[in-house]
Amino acid sequence: MISFRRIAKASFVSALLLMGSVLLNPASAQDGKTLFNTNCASCHKVHAKSTGPALAGVEDRWPDKAKLHAWIKNSQAFLKTGDKYANDLYNEYNKVAMNKFEGILDEKQIDDILAYIKTVPAVDPKKVDSPDTGAAAEGDHSLLFGILTLILAVVSLILLQVNSNLKKLADDREGQPAVEPVAFWKNKSYIAMVTVVLFVIGGYLTSKGAMALGRSKDYQPEQPIYYSHKVHAGINQINCQYCHTGVYQGKQATIPSVNVCMNCHMGINEYKGEPIVTEDGKEINGTAEIQKLYKYAGFEPGKPWDPSKAKPIEWVRIHNLPDHVYFNHSQHVKAGQVACQTCHGEIQKMGEVKQFADLSMGWCINCHRTTQVQFKDNGFYSIYEKYHQDLKSGKIDSTKGITVEKIGGTECQKCHY
Amino acid sequence: MEQKKYWQSFGELNQSEAYNKDVKDEFREELPFEAEEGKSFLDAKAPRRDFLKYLGFSTAAAAVAASCEMPVKKAIPFANKPEDIVPGVANYYATTYVQDGDVVSILAKVRDGRPIKIEGNDLSPITQGATTARVQASVLDLYDTSRLRFPTIDGKEVTFEAVDKAAAASITGPVVVLTSTITSPSTKEIINQFLSKYPGSRHVTYDAVSYSAMIQANEATYGRKAIPSYHFENAKVIVSLGADFLGTWLGAAEFSKQYAAGKKLNEKNPEMSKHFHFESVASMTGSNADEKYLHRPSEAGAVAAALLSAVNGQGVAGISDARLKAGIEKAAKALNENKGAGLVVSGSNDVNEQIIVNAINEAIGAGGKTINWAATLNYRQGVDADFVQLVNDMNAGTVGTLLIYGANPAYSWFDAEKFKAGLKKVKTTISFNGKMDETSELCKIVAPDHHFLESWGDAEPKTGYYSLIQPTIYPLFKTRQWQDSLLKWSGASTDYLAYLKNYWSAKNGGESGWDKALQDGVINPAAAPAASGASFNGGAVPGAVSAVSAAKKGGKIELVLYEKVGIGAGQGASNPWLQELPDPVTRATWDNYVIVSPALARTLLNIDLNNGGQADAYEVNPPKKVVKITAGDKSIELPALIIPGTHPDTIGIAVGYGRSEKVGKAAANVGKNAFILAALSGSNVKFGNNDVTVTVTGDKYPVALTQTHSRYDTTQGNRTEVMKELTLAQYKHDPEEILNERKKELAPWGGLENFEKDGTIYPVFDKPGIKWGMSVDLNSCNGCGACVVACNAENNIPVVGKPEVLRGHEMHWLRIDRYYSGDMDNPNVVFQPMMCQHCDNAPCENVCPVAATNHSTEGLNQMTYNRCIGTRYCANNCPYKVRRFNWADYTGADSFPNNQEGEVNDVVINMSDDLTRMVLNPDVTVRSRGVIEKCSFCVQRLQEGKLAAKKESRPLEDKDVNVACAQACASGCITFGNVNNPESEISKIRKNNPNRSFYVLEQLHVLPNVSYLAKVRNSDEAVAAHGAEKKAEKHAEKEHA
Repeated sequence: MISFRRIAKASFVSALLLMGSVLLNPASAQDGKTLFNTNCASCHKVHAKSTGPALAGVEDRWPDKAKLHAWIKNSQAFLKTGDKYANDLYNEYNKVAMNKFEGILDEKQIDDILAYIKTVPAVDPKKVDSPDTGAAAEGDHSLLFGILTLILAVVSLILLQVNSNLKKLADDREGQPAVEPVAFWKNKSYIAMVTVVLFVIGGYLTSKGAMALGRSKDYQPEQPIYYSHKVHAGINQINCQYCHTGVYQGKQATIPSVNVCMNCHMGINEYKGEPIVTEDGKEINGTAEIQKLYKYAGFEPGKPWDPSKAKPIEWVRIHNLPDHVYFNHSQHVKAGQVACQTCHGEIQKMGEVKQFADLSMGWCINCHRTTQVQFKDNGFYSIYEKYHQDLKSGKIDSTKGITVEKIGGTECQKCHY
Repeated sequence: MEQKKYWQSFGELNQSEAYNKDVKDEFREELPFEAEEGKSFLDAKAPRRDFLKYLGFSTAAAAVAASCEMPVKKAIPFANKPEDIVPGVANYYATTYVQDGDVVSILAKVRDGRPIKIEGNDLSPITQGATTARVQASVLDLYDTSRLRFPTIDGKEVTFEAVDKAAAASITGPVVVLTSTITSPSTKEIINQFLSKYPGSRHVTYDAVSYSAMIQANEATYGRKAIPSYHFENAKVIVSLGADFLGTWLGAAEFSKQYAAGKKLNEKNPEMSKHFHFESVASMTGSNADEKYLHRPSEAGAVAAALLSAVNGQGVAGISDARLKAGIEKAAKALNENKGAGLVVSGSNDVNEQIIVNAINEAIGAGGKTINWAATLNYRQGVDADFVQLVNDMNAGTVGTLLIYGANPAYSWFDAEKFKAGLKKVKTTISFNGKMDETSELCKIVAPDHHFLESWGDAEPKTGYYSLIQPTIYPLFKTRQWQDSLLKWSGASTDYLAYLKNYWSAKNGGESGWDKALQDGVINPAAAPAASGASFNGGAVPGAVSAVSAAKKGGKIELVLYEKVGIGAGQGASNPWLQELPDPVTRATWDNYVIVSPALARTLLNIDLNNGGQADAYEVNPPKKVVKITAGDKSIELPALIIPGTHPDTIGIAVGYGRSEKVGKAAANVGKNAFILAALSGSNVKFGNNDVTVTVTGDKYPVALTQTHSRYDTTQGNRTEVMKELTLAQYKHDPEEILNERKKELAPWGGLENFEKDGTIYPVFDKPGIKWGMSVDLNSCNGCGACVVACNAENNIPVVGKPEVLRGHEMHWLRIDRYYSGDMDNPNVVFQPMMCQHCDNAPCENVCPVAATNHSTEGLNQMTYNRCIGTRYCANNCPYKVRRFNWADYTGADSFPNNQEGEVNDVVINMSDDLTRMVLNPDVTVRSRGVIEKCSFCVQRLQEGKLAAKKESRPLEDKDVNVACAQACASGCITFGNVNNPESEISKIRKNNPNRSFYVLEQLHVLPNVSYLAKVRNSDEAVAAHGAEKKAEKHAEKEHA
């Protein structure tokens, strides 16, 4: 539910943006968004400092547009022109050089990006961070049901006893010889009933327990460094792909290597944000955690860093699949356009990462049954001519669309081989 | 027209008792219940109640064990990720397979730092992406546990600094560098540079199976001490005098590709090359010949001389056998009719025979057409006389230092004792071999070289064509490239990488040229040099002719030593994949043996194969009679196998076996070394002997033959043949013969068009999107087995070891069936690759009680290991017998330790060593005991290919997917793709070859997704195509009645 709501919210905002941008700046801002996300977002935010400066108002700071373009295309070359503002900026950001975009972005594309930057409204970070109240309200009713069941059971038991007592009284009155009363714990029908109930409950618990073997939903091990996704992906809005570079390319999303951490943390050496508090209420010293990273990296602030001295960080693996399951991130994220949060939960709100889904086969299959593939957008699916026709003619319910299951996504050898 | 009868085994030919009993059972063993005769299972050693007790206990134990805490796993990223490596995504590096002169340009697939698969490099104009079984298997050699892990001096571990010190102190002139053929130009320079330091030194090239007669003959007739390149693709008529050019002769990968070009049949214009083969012992190439003639090995010279005289129009003389004589005349006629488009090759190591062959090629104008002297072939450069001289020098004590690289004469030289004695007299002996082989064992200093996948280097397979070697993995052990050692010892300050880079940067466009060449893996001449002949000097020919006609007559029985495709001259012996690869012709694994003809078997072994009972006694029981072969003062004892297509008075033994156990567990105690039976004849080694005695010892020895496993006769598909073959003459006469047969056969069930719908009570399912299909062209399949090894590597197929193969437990997903037809003494042979046919109406799927095998919308017959409970019903119900059951824990995949002990042999256990397991493909599940497995159409590749297309938002194309077998095949006989796409290669093949296409066991209505193209043999005999199986017809009649 939560994720749906988020998606709805996000799509509403983007729809608004889209409409706005259509009115203000025909076409270009929309292209700019994509370009911004692919080229700039890993180091720049629009309204917040990141590895590089916040980009809002960049055109006001660079009155000469030609200079700005030159700066974006090849910052190192532009620095050599001795421009004061550029050099100051460079020094302010710890001399982290910006990638060259010469040959990657043309003039028009840079304009598109700049146009897009203008359209992005400033968002209050607190707002993004505000907890979703929906979940609490829904609550868990099982306790209530349990108590009700128990009360009903007791009532029925009492009624049964009353019934048998009344029967006895009636028999007495009619002068029939009273049957020796059987204590209720010796009563065969009670015993049978209890046995059946225990068997059902026991069976349910056993099978549930057996199915849960090897599953580890909510697994949240302690990591060698308290790395907070909330700080990085939530508050600082770093794109997931900036660190998990493999997510578009291969089966592993990949955990970033130390040099990726150091790209930013060469400059960011203390934590100045709001206090980080774990779920147990323990306060985490962010700066001390950064120091741990430096230890792994073999880096001493103020001295040049030699990446070859770095040692890998032995993270505890949270999401484990059995060996006979093949899972590919790029299949889902690139081809399927599935958001990270669908499987990993609200990762941008997690301190230390917790396993969100149980990663069971039922969970996978259920999603494959309901999720639509990018049937119209992805050229690969053009070969399913019959489905395209059926969609057009209404033979296939267009609201349900072409699900993953429909193109064979629940067949064994899609994941097991 | 006479029906042609195909048979895989002698029992099948005779319809013998044991055969008929055997084919009723899918599995060859009884159930492992040990109930006594006539008593119930309750009285058995392990009765049912005990079984239930154990079952209960183990379930409870497993539940307790499984409910223990989950293990904590670590995820350790790079400290510093290299830019071009993405974990989980394979990188391909162009490099070169180099082994003892064999050169094949390859791509190594590297996953997470480990090379796991080898593919051919399409950019090489020589091999054009072709590979061989040995190339495919070479990646396993990298992870061989018997590789040397550090340098030694006198057997003790030392550092390379110590080796350098010891070398500097002890290398004294004259130095001899003894190597197998070196094709690397830079290495040759380094050798010369090193040798120039020591006056009187020299470089000797030694090839275990040498081609020195060819080199000498070419020197005598063309004045060139080399081997020219051959162009089988330009030859309309190919005559091979015992040259196994598709299997082991010079560059098999290259020649297979060329040969296949002449064998591809265009249905509209049916023309093919014609291949005559003259040989003594059935070989793979001979089995593919259009016409094959047998002769005694001692007659080989006479056959060559007769062919020369027939080509020159002087008739055939000196050949007594009428059929052979007719064959020579026919071959000569064909050669003369195709002047400039004929090619004669000879596998002999006799100078005179090679001179005659050169004369024939001159006479038919092969120079500049099918033989090209503009580019020489550098695969073999050794001259036997040089080595003989070296051994003499060593024994005379005139060699100060011997440096050995690649050569292993202590094993492969016929007079190894003399070599060993000489080696003792050499003051300093240094070996660079990567393993403690028979020669290195005797050397003082052993400074092991890298495996080629860890090395830098270059190679020049053909003049002007270069192939570069780059490392694909950081060296696993403390080894060093031998070029580095030589450079260091000759006082150079550069290492080999710098040397190589300089060498090529200077020649090939500097730094960027070097980078480009490294990426491509090959450097080709800008324009291929025009093919040219060489000026022929026939002066030596009359002498050669008179020499061969004066040759001594052979004795009662003659011996031929041959190489196997997998094992070669012993290089493949330590590779379990190659040991378990069935020999194309004999279908035997894990041994060498004596090949005898059916005629000799009658007289010598007292087995008459036409007698059902005797054939059974021979065939059904793996133990074979052991015979003792004596040649001069040497003798070996080996089991005898009866192989049709062998000359009655000839026996054959494969070399390359009987290696020291130090070269690997797979090589230990496997076969006997047959090199000792070779002898010098003139100045060259003769691989054979014209007079040997053969005696039956009375012992028996089991040989693991696979052809009698996996038969087709089930109650559903009771039939004997699945082959369709016809002659070219027949095809031209009636192209639609096979098509009409199929039409007739299927007519009662709706005919060809409606068979799918009308032949069943099941509904017909939609096939939206993709539907995978495969086509196998039997015309170009040589049976070489490269596909089988490629499949092993791609799909983590376990090695099961000889004892398990003996029980019919081999796990190959893809097998190549060998079919004989015709005359028992010289039959025609057809090879048919057989793998899961991915039937759309699969009999296996219906019988699985747990739905572990079922069908995908893409036409795949899916096998889900984690669901399989091992009932084996599916294997029982499979008409093609392609399902394999994991009888034991072959892979070590089970979580119980010691699960393998006592079940499988050392070789199999060694395959689950941590080092060996590095070769496993991480995308494919390693199967545990008790589950069925089978060909998956390399589903992991299909998924990867589809994903690549999806990511680029475009429809799937042919280039996205290929299966491992098709990719490995040198002759391109396997085509794979999406049949729903009319533009795909597979669709085109099926569309363009309606007359040759057929499905195996089509009438069963299993609807296979693998189609075959019938074999067309280029012979004038009008033998009817076979196919309309009698039994099926009978069946049809019954249905109608």
